[in-house]
Amino acid sequence: MKDAVGRIQRVLVLGGGSEIAHATLAALLEDGPLTAILAARRPDELETAALERSGASIERIAFDARATATHGDVFERAFSGADIDLVLIAFGVLGDQQRDERDATTTVEVAETNFVGAVSALTHATERLRTQGHGTIVVLSSIAGQRSRRSNYVYGATKAGLDAFAQGVQLALADEEVHVMIVRPGFVHTRMTAGLKGAPFSVSAAEVATAIVEGARNGTPVVWVPRKLRWVAAVLRALPAPLLRRA
Amino acid sequence: MTTVSRERRKLHGWGRTAGSVANIAAPGSTDELAALIAEAGQRGVIARGLGRSYGDVAQNAGGVVIDMRGVDRLLEFDRASGLVTVEAGCSLDALVDAVLAHGWFLPVTPGTSAVTVGGAIACDVHGKNHHRDGAFARHVRSLELLTPEGETITVDPEQQRELFEATAGGLGLTGIVTRATLQLVPVETASMLVDTERAANLDVLLTRLTSTDHLFRYSVAWVDGRARGAALGRSVLLRGDHATADDVPRDTDRLLRARGRRLSVPPHLSAAPFLRGRPLNAFNELRYRRARSGKSIETIDQFFYPLDAIGNWNRLYGAGGFLQYQFLVPFGAEDALRTLLESFTAAQPVLVVLKQFGESFGPLGFPAPGWTVALDLATSVPGLARLLDDADEVVAGAGGRVYLAKDSRLRPDFLARMYPRLDEWRQVQSTLDPEGRMQHDLSRRLQLVR
Repeated sequence: MKDAVGRIQRVLVLGGGSEIAHATLAALLEDGPLTAILAARRPDELETAALERSGASIERIAFDARATATHGDVFERAFSGADIDLVLIAFGVLGDQQRDERDATTTVEVAETNFVGAVSALTHATERLRTQGHGTIVVLSSIAGQRSRRSNYVYGATKAGLDAFAQGVQLALADEEVHVMIVRPGFVHTRMTAGLKGAPFSVSAAEVATAIVEGARNGTPVVWVPRKLRWVAAVLRALPAPLLRRA
Repeated sequence: MTTVSRERRKLHGWGRTAGSVANIAAPGSTDELAALIAEAGQRGVIARGLGRSYGDVAQNAGGVVIDMRGVDRLLEFDRASGLVTVEAGCSLDALVDAVLAHGWFLPVTPGTSAVTVGGAIACDVHGKNHHRDGAFARHVRSLELLTPEGETITVDPEQQRELFEATAGGLGLTGIVTRATLQLVPVETASMLVDTERAANLDVLLTRLTSTDHLFRYSVAWVDGRARGAALGRSVLLRGDHATADDVPRDTDRLLRARGRRLSVPPHLSAAPFLRGRPLNAFNELRYRRARSGKSIETIDQFFYPLDAIGNWNRLYGAGGFLQYQFLVPFGAEDALRTLLESFTAAQPVLVVLKQFGESFGPLGFPAPGWTVALDLATSVPGLARLLDDADEVVAGAGGRVYLAKDSRLRPDFLARMYPRLDEWRQVQSTLDPEGRMQHDLSRRLQLVR
């Protein structure tokens, strides 16, 4: 159970290798020990020594975002112990824009992971927390979902879809004590983006983590990282299309 | 068996923190309770009274919460012996109204009359007379318990001692108390004779309490939670007893309960900015300086229930809510007590009270011979989680404990250290409730039930 000081006891991370997820767990651990259930494709390969040193008890579950038929079992296992206070939907792939825009097979793979898989996970998480009567779900969206850009629209479209879906879930859960938080970071420096040219307003995984922890504690519906990014997004959405062909 | 309708709604404790959604059933009689327990699903069921527990002990996320307020009849009252039998949802307030005019009063009362008899037993509440009279359950002569398996049994404190002691302070997890018989105490008036005395610091306070508490039936100290250094623990001792007929004017109705005006805090009116910093310091300064030593006459409501005069005073803390941290350290652990009080001065406690406890009761009972301090803290205090964890460490290290009925944030790893008889209680509880039907948010958070 989340307690009166906003401390969280059990976290389920879908995408257990995500750097943002690990940074979030590290930030949560500053308030005391917790149990993290890491769901990932190859759970045994996850590096967790740092988290364990900080007081985390780690459980591992095999999870394949695209194998949506297996998601029910994954959630059944994750929720078979005690209540889960926070579900972090952190998996996603960037893909390769230049290849994906001409290759239907790889484009579908990105869409299946980032959108279909995430929508499946979010629906399972929502049902579990509704039954449980409390909890927080964190959905990692992106600035890329705010407006299609020439350089990353495959990835951007999957995040746009997920973001819209999550907004709908927020409406559906208005009367429940289940908090769905949409996190929209700008360019985040991680392994996933290594080698790419950083965009303006880029942030570190730790900065995203700090915003997630604060937002989860305060019940914030949408979190932009950095905060001023929401104004950048507003401008971006208003730009005429020709300007976006090279962006 | 009848089916009681349920309403899905959010509940939180008096501190308005960490709420959760439950299916709330409000039966009008005890007959409907058995059906509610029998139908308990995976998320279980718990009884709730007037919702004055600060934390999450009377909420049940995703499960059933039974609102006991409708099960509140006064069944029997013997004016000669002071034995009274009520249904569990009867409030102490209603009980005082019913018996005071006949010269009887509650044997033990907490700082609010807005609690039910069932809640008072489940939390084994204590009052200002614990050093002399113990907690609430010590004055219960008999109770009726609807067990988690659906059996209704009469529990005598002597005959079924183990069951009685596991239920008193058992946080509702041994079943639902449906009715109870209490031994009231005789009073000559509805007034209190109060002795007020200032103590300049903690040493003076503890010395005075140790040497003179036995002279008073009721004793509590209001502590200036912001005083530090040489003034640490400076306080106002408020002690007294029921006034006798000779203490009050002859021409008045001596047993009339005279309630003052009642105000209510509207929703969204937050006084949070005034509950810290300079306004708080100024209030504490004034409270200390204005206290006049000597005897005075107060009404029972002024003496026992000053905050009941302000309805919904919990809203004053604003949206973030607050918590009450109540701990006990045994006699001899005065150094720990000093360390704890010092550690809290920076956390801006809005209200701090200290008193002596007498004998302990039951495996999960909170009181034990020693010093208890209760602090009201806004949850917005920076670093509160760590501060309280550190305090738990000091409390547990000194052989003390925190009060579970008020808890909203204890870490489960402290539980067994603070409650050495926990396994004994779990043994009795799990025999009564093998299916795990009785649950609440606190029992899950602390893994209280195995």
